[in-house]
Amino acid sequence: MHPILKLVAQRLALGILLLFAASALIFGLTEILPGDAAQAQLGQTATPENLANLREEMGLNRPALTRYTEWVGGMMTGDMGNALSNKLPIGEQIGKRMSATLFLAFWAALISVPFAILLGLLAVRYLNRWPDKLISGVTLASISLPEFMLAYILIFIFSVTLGWAPSFANIPPGMPLLEKLHSISLPIAVLTMVVLAHMMRMTRAAILNVMQSAYIETAELKGLSTFEVIRKHAFPNAIAPIVNVVMINLAYLVVGVVVVEAVFAYPGMGQYLVDAVVKRDVPVVLTSGVIFSAIYIILNMVADIVSILSNPRLRHPK
Amino acid sequence: MRIPLSAIIGLSITGIYFFCAIFASWVAPYGMAETVGEVWEPSRLGFLLGTAPEGTMEANYWLGTDQIGRDLLTRIIYGGQTTIFIATAGTILSFTTGSVLGFIAAVSGGWIDQALSRFIDLVMSIPSLILALVILSAIDVTVLTLIVLMGLLDSTRVFRLARAVAVDISVMEYVEAARLRGEKTIWIILREILPNALSPLVAEMGLRFIFMVLFISTLSFLGIGVQPPLADWGGIVKENKDGINFGIGAALYPAAAIATLAISVNLVADWVLNRTTSLKGGRG
Repeated sequence: MHPILKLVAQRLALGILLLFAASALIFGLTEILPGDAAQAQLGQTATPENLANLREEMGLNRPALTRYTEWVGGMMTGDMGNALSNKLPIGEQIGKRMSATLFLAFWAALISVPFAILLGLLAVRYLNRWPDKLISGVTLASISLPEFMLAYILIFIFSVTLGWAPSFANIPPGMPLLEKLHSISLPIAVLTMVVLAHMMRMTRAAILNVMQSAYIETAELKGLSTFEVIRKHAFPNAIAPIVNVVMINLAYLVVGVVVVEAVFAYPGMGQYLVDAVVKRDVPVVLTSGVIFSAIYIILNMVADIVSILSNPRLRHPK
Repeated sequence: MRIPLSAIIGLSITGIYFFCAIFASWVAPYGMAETVGEVWEPSRLGFLLGTAPEGTMEANYWLGTDQIGRDLLTRIIYGGQTTIFIATAGTILSFTTGSVLGFIAAVSGGWIDQALSRFIDLVMSIPSLILALVILSAIDVTVLTLIVLMGLLDSTRVFRLARAVAVDISVMEYVEAARLRGEKTIWIILREILPNALSPLVAEMGLRFIFMVLFISTLSFLGIGVQPPLADWGGIVKENKDGINFGIGAALYPAAAIATLAISVNLVADWVLNRTTSLKGGRG
C-alpha cells in the first residue's frame, strides 16, 4: 500500500475512535456527576418516591453500559428519543435546527474564507508597514472582544440607529433567499468578524513561514516582484497550511454559532443546546453536545488529511 | 530597561481594574443591590458626549441605571469583582493542575505520559464550551463549581505547553546528572524543571486569564454561569440586553469592560512574550 494511503487510513481510524471516545466521555461525565436526568427534572425538592418513579419511567435504573449502547445505536439510526421538557422527538427538532445552523455557517464561511486569505496575503505583501499593522491591530481587538459584544454593537448601529437589518434572525420555510439573507445579515457579519481575525492571523503566519524558505530567496534574487513571488512560489506551497487554517476555523465557526444564535434568537442548534441546558433537559444536551463535538472532530480530521495529502514529501517517498 | 507605551497602557488599565475589583465596596458609589433611580436612566457620560437621547435634561449617574433602576457603574464594579475573582482563581487552578501533570508526564515518560497525553487529547477534541454546557446541565451551578470546571477544562492547554517545555528541558545534561545522582522525581521537577520552564509558562498566563474572562462572561451571558443576585459582567449584559432594541446602550458598558480588560492584558502579555523570546535570541 502506498504509504500516504496508510497514513490517511490511520488518521480516519483515529477519527472514528475519537468519535466513540468523545461520545463515551460526554455520556460518562453526566453519569459520574451527582444527580441524573430525573433529579435535574424534578429539582432538589423531589420526594424519593417521585424520583424512583421517574427513574423507572425513563429507564435510568438499567446499567449505564446498556443505556450508552442504546443511545449510540439510536443516534446512528436517527431515533434519538424524546426531549424531557416537551416530549417532542429530538431527531425531528435537530433535523430542522441543523439545517438552519448550517445555512448560517455556510454563508459566514463563504464570505470569511476568501476575505481572510486576501487580507492575509495583503498583510504579508506590506509586512511591517501600515496595512499590516492596521490589520494586526484590528485582529487583536476582535480576538479580545466577546462574540456577544460584537453582536450588540452591530445591532446598536445597524438595526437600532440605522434600521438596515433586523435584530432578530428567523428564516421560516418558504421565505425567498434574499429575504433570508437579509434576515441573517447581522449574525453572518458577527461570525465573519470572529473567524476572520483568527483565520487572517494564521494565514499570515503560514505564508510568512513559507516566505522564509530558501527557494523564495532564490526567486527574490532572480528579480521577481513581491507579488509574483507570492503568486508563483509562496501561495502554492502555502495552500496546505491555509486549507488547514480554514478547516480549523470552520470547526470554530460551529462552536461560535452557539453564542450568536442566542443573541439573535435564531432557531438553530446552538439555541437548542443552550435552552436544553437551562431547562436541564439532559437527553437533548447529550445528543446535541455529541453532534457539535462530532462536527468539530470530523472537520479537524479533514484538516489533518488534507495536510497529509498535500505534503509533497509524503506524496513522493524515497 | 525601556517599557513600551502599549505595555504601560495595558499595565495601568489592568491595574485599575484589579484595584476596583479588590476594593469594590469602597470604590462603588452605591450598594450592589441598591435601587437608586428609574429604570434605564440615561448616563452622564453619554450626556457629556452628546450621545444621550434628545430631551435629556440631566443625568445623575455616570453610566446611567440598569433594568431595575440600580446604578450601572456600581453594578459593573461589583460585577468586575466576580468576573476577575473567578478568572483569577480559574487561572491559578488551571496552571497548577496543568503544569504539575505536564511535568509529571514529561519526567516519567512511558505509560504515564501516554495515558495522560491521550486523555488530554480526548478532552481537547471536544470544544470547551460544549463540554462545559454538557457538564453544567448536570451539576448545581455555583461560583466554586464554575471555577473548578473552567480551571480543569483550561488546564488541558497548560498541560500541553508544560509538557512540551519540560520534555525539552528533561533531556538537558543537568537533568540527566540529577537523575544519575539518584534524585527523586519530585526533586527533579521542583529544582531542575520548574525554574527553567517558568518564563514561557508565565507568558502564557496572561492569555489563559483572558480566555477565562471571556469564557465566564459567555457562560453568564447564556444564563448558565454566575447566577443572580450575584452579578458578573456577562450577567449584566444579559440583564440589560433588551434595552438595546429601544436604543438604550446599558448592555454595552459591561461588554466594553470585558473588552478593555482583555485588550490590556493582551498588551502586557505581548510585551512579556517579546521580552522572553528576545532573551533567548540574545543567548544564542
